Amino acid sequence: MAENKQVGRGAAIDIRSVSKVYGNFTALDNVSLGIRPGEFMTLLGPSGSGKTTTLNVVAGFTEITGGNLEVGGSSVVGIPAHKRNIGVVFQHYALFPHMTVGRNVAYPLALRKVPSAEREKRVKQALEMVKMSDFAHRYPSELSGGQQQRVALARAIVFDPPLLLMDEPLGALDKKLREWLQLEIKRIHRELGTTFVYVTHDQEEALVLSDRIAVFNRGRIEQVGTGRELYDEPQTLFVARFIGDSTVLRGQANSDGTSTAISIAGETVTMDKRLPGNGAPVLLLRPEKLALRRRGNGQGESGLNRLSGTVTEAIYLGSGSKYEVRLKDGSTAIVRSPLGEQSFDIGEAVEVTFAGADAKLLADDSTADQTLT
Amino acid sequence: MQMRPMTRVLLGLACLLVAVWLVAPTLVVVPMSFNENKSLAFPPQGFSTQWYANFVNNPDWSSSFINSLKVAVLVAILAAIVGTLAAFGLDRMKSRASGLLRMVLLTPMVVPGVVLAIGIYAVYLDMRLVGTLPGFVLAHTMLAIPFVLIAVTASLEVFDKRLELAATSLGAGRLTTFRTVTLPLILPGILSGLLFAFVTSFDEIIVSLFITNPYLRTLPVQIYTSITRDADPTVAAVGTILLFTTTIVIGGGLLLFARERRT
Ligand SMILES: Nc1ncnc2c1ncn2[C@@H]1O[C@H](COP(=O)(O)OP(=O)(O)O)[C@@H](O)[C@H]1O
Ligand SMILES: [Mg+2]
Repeated sequence: MAENKQVGRGAAIDIRSVSKVYGNFTALDNVSLGIRPGEFMTLLGPSGSGKTTTLNVVAGFTEITGGNLEVGGSSVVGIPAHKRNIGVVFQHYALFPHMTVGRNVAYPLALRKVPSAEREKRVKQALEMVKMSDFAHRYPSELSGGQQQRVALARAIVFDPPLLLMDEPLGALDKKLREWLQLEIKRIHRELGTTFVYVTHDQEEALVLSDRIAVFNRGRIEQVGTGRELYDEPQTLFVARFIGDSTVLRGQANSDGTSTAISIAGETVTMDKRLPGNGAPVLLLRPEKLALRRRGNGQGESGLNRLSGTVTEAIYLGSGSKYEVRLKDGSTAIVRSPLGEQSFDIGEAVEVTFAGADAKLLADDSTADQTLT
Repeated sequence: MQMRPMTRVLLGLACLLVAVWLVAPTLVVVPMSFNENKSLAFPPQGFSTQWYANFVNNPDWSSSFINSLKVAVLVAILAAIVGTLAAFGLDRMKSRASGLLRMVLLTPMVVPGVVLAIGIYAVYLDMRLVGTLPGFVLAHTMLAIPFVLIAVTASLEVFDKRLELAATSLGAGRLTTFRTVTLPLILPGILSGLLFAFVTSFDEIIVSLFITNPYLRTLPVQIYTSITRDADPTVAAVGTILLFTTTIVIGGGLLLFARERRT
């Protein structure tokens, strides 16, 4: 078996230009991703974007059709899954129904011929870690979904793999349980120091759990970064729309090289930014970068861009308010205003204001996100 | 929904009628087996256990019974192994030819017994397999494989293949995965296939009539020859013994499965 170069107890992963082609369908298109030892990396993307395929490739369930894959410093291409020593947690739990919880967790240890005294000790530890010690003699069918998934997690970590893969492990659970288990998974990651690769299509879950997030779209990685980086500095419209709320505006753009003016339904906004590449750009604004004020209410601060519209939705969030404003060109602006600001009613004529520096200019790839759901 | 009392009585009567219709012919042999006279008349006269004694003491009867047991046990084991492997292979086959292959394997079930018997007889004459143990075992196994195939295929259909992926990720190679995960979970299917195979062989008569000879006779063949030659109530005694044996075996099997299910 490959000698694992480890820092702490986690293995580094290096996915290099990996492709996976089924017939004439490309499930993974030249995917490259480096994962650091002990990192919590989440693969985020809509359904069918290639997240599971990537995980299966790393686990060894799927052969790649191009590129290279290293785990712990050495290539694992061609090494069968059962020799890779990688823990996997599935969405559907996949506990062996004919074995008790205890025997399920002992299974990987029995395969590794761990002596029975040691085996018992490690099973106990693993079950303690997931808080399922009292259930060792139960059968999986006697457990709830959340309990089964915790047992599955214990079984995947009991043999101390340097890498743990999880494919939407909380996907079948209800919201409350999911939120609690997210914190449990986070704690276990911290305690083990193992590298975690986690698949989800839920951006909130990704933000809660991850050190870094890789955003998948149509078999490619759009961007890799921390949650904050993806929110503040999205490099594509797809990423911007997948993570967090955003207002996306289109219009006639004119750039003189250093600054850009965009005319949207007769109103012009300007910013000291250059156009991204060629073609029509889109203007992206996060909700907290936008502010509202009543229309015809004097000049206000100079240097602020203004777009007029009508409030169509006002939601009180406790920590502030969220407004949806219908702009003159028909698009919707999402505005979040902090507590204590002036409040607005539905139907009110308003102006949406923002500083040019807070706007992002991105290439318009909206034809590429039809898979977005 | 609440049924009206009249409806319920009528329904009960209908059920009883069907039950009697199904079971009566079988139960008729029980009193017949205690007949005092050498006749298969119904209702029987007097009471005696001589036909049971005859079954045990007459080598024609006892040896045919032993032969049938031997053949059926071998067939059950052989058919269970071959049938399980075939079901597993077909289940995992990616090619579309698997449907065709499955049909080929199931043909012994639909082809008329006589046609098969004639074919087997012709081949066996050539290969000197008539009246031999291997001859019987081979022929009956062929007839029994479809039953195992069907039973195991049914269990494989409900078997969650993702469990094999899980086993693989935990370090199990293909053989270990099969032994520790797949096999235990499809075992009920294999066992019921095995039971069917045993019964198929044990009461097979058409092919057996063709490939039998005075040296090797199975129980059904013996029953048939006996009943065409003389009305020997030993037949009824055998029938009664078989009736109770199969009831116990099947009942036990069902109980065992029920216990498996629960765990
Ligand atoms: N065995 C296969 N044969 C053909 N296409 C496949 C196969 N497995 C996955 N795909 C396709 O690859 C794409 C990516 O799938 P997947 O990685 O499962 O997406 P997800 O991001 O939802 O996990 C999907 O369009 C899927 O239909
Ligand atoms: Mg998936």
